[in-house]
Amino acid sequence: MASDDDEIDLASLSDEDLVAQMHDDLYDGMAAEITEGTNLLLARGFSAQRVLDDALVEGMRIVGIDFRDGILFVPEVLLSANAMKAGMGILRPLLAETGAEPIGKVVIGTVKGDIHDIGKNLVAMMLEGAGFEVIDLGINTDANRFLAALDEHQPDILGMSALLTTTMPYMKVVIDTLVDKGLRDEHIILVGGAPLNPEFAMAVGADAYCRDAAVAAETATRLVRERRERLRR
Amino acid sequence: MSASAADRTLVITCAALLREVRAVFAQLGECERAGLEVVALPSALHNRPEGIPARVAETLDERVGRYDHAVVVYGDCGTGGRLDALLAERGLARMPGPHCYSFFAGEAVFDALAEAETGTFYLTDYLARHVDQLVFAGLGLDRHPELRDQYFGNYTRVVLLSQTDDPALVAAGRRAAGRLGLAFEHRHVGLGPFSRSLRHLLAPATG
Repeated sequence: MASDDDEIDLASLSDEDLVAQMHDDLYDGMAAEITEGTNLLLARGFSAQRVLDDALVEGMRIVGIDFRDGILFVPEVLLSANAMKAGMGILRPLLAETGAEPIGKVVIGTVKGDIHDIGKNLVAMMLEGAGFEVIDLGINTDANRFLAALDEHQPDILGMSALLTTTMPYMKVVIDTLVDKGLRDEHIILVGGAPLNPEFAMAVGADAYCRDAAVAAETATRLVRERRERLRR
Repeated sequence: MSASAADRTLVITCAALLREVRAVFAQLGECERAGLEVVALPSALHNRPEGIPARVAETLDERVGRYDHAVVVYGDCGTGGRLDALLAERGLARMPGPHCYSFFAGEAVFDALAEAETGTFYLTDYLARHVDQLVFAGLGLDRHPELRDQYFGNYTRVVLLSQTDDPALVAAGRRAAGRLGLAFEHRHVGLGPFSRSLRHLLAPATG
């Protein structure tokens, strides 16, 4: 986005302009600038949560929209994600210090037979940015590992990812196992990955298909709130 | 629709398979290949596989009335069943298997390779020939080599499933594996499995 050859002095920008510049820097995948901007905002008295929400999550939301619209491609999104990671590295300990309760807990993994984790990692990061505690099981996760993690962590959400047409049906194996054990309704189940679509998500018995990481974070937040409302009634 | 020697058959393929499709056609009798019209769609569609069914549909629609049969020389190719849904709607068939490397290798060989090592990155002749453009430039690794391990960190090997006996392609595959930090293996699978599947696909049309 930023096309000026001259380097911008982030410290000279107003708060509003600095946040906007950080959106541009995230878009351009400039990790060093995001680190600097994050530290500047904190030094100016922004809370870690506000830096996260206003600068990082909002910036990645814009990246997500342009990825969906075919303006940005995977390499650019990866660079943006790496820049966000740099900011998150500074904010994470500060957020932990506040003792704020996470808005929910997520167990997430790439399904058995699949080693692709770019999308899953992005989703995990956006979920963390949205205030979730994320337990990432990594790649090639079979039903037993998913079930063991659900039992151990008792999350609100189970998230499953697959990049391959040949591995996406395994999501149904995991969900069917939960159904068999009478555990299906204990968790919200979100699925995602390049070859998936909403019809597939419904067919395998998931609660929602998430098209991208930003949608995953929004959907997770909404469904956890709705579920808690229901349980309160 | 009954097939006859005068029938025209539309063959929709990915540009990544065009050379091999033509090689199989060259093996057919003159009569069999007389009515075949090949349309190759850009291989770059694989970067956004959700676009493949739409382009196939468009290609079919543009040629309504100009052919008696149509076949689609694609795998599922990451469309998550959406290509199959389109083809079912139109009463058409495609090559069996998820990807081109699976029908080049043949189902049994491909399954054994995948079973032996999940983290296998497959190359075909086409992919080896265009690896700089499709893999290194396509994934942005030419500009951002630091992204390599984010893409390939979970892979352990590159397997070239070659269609032709071309040392230059083997060398290109080996070089690519080296740049990706992966082991390299070469399996010459030839055109046999692909040719059998394609001929089978064409059989109802070419008799």
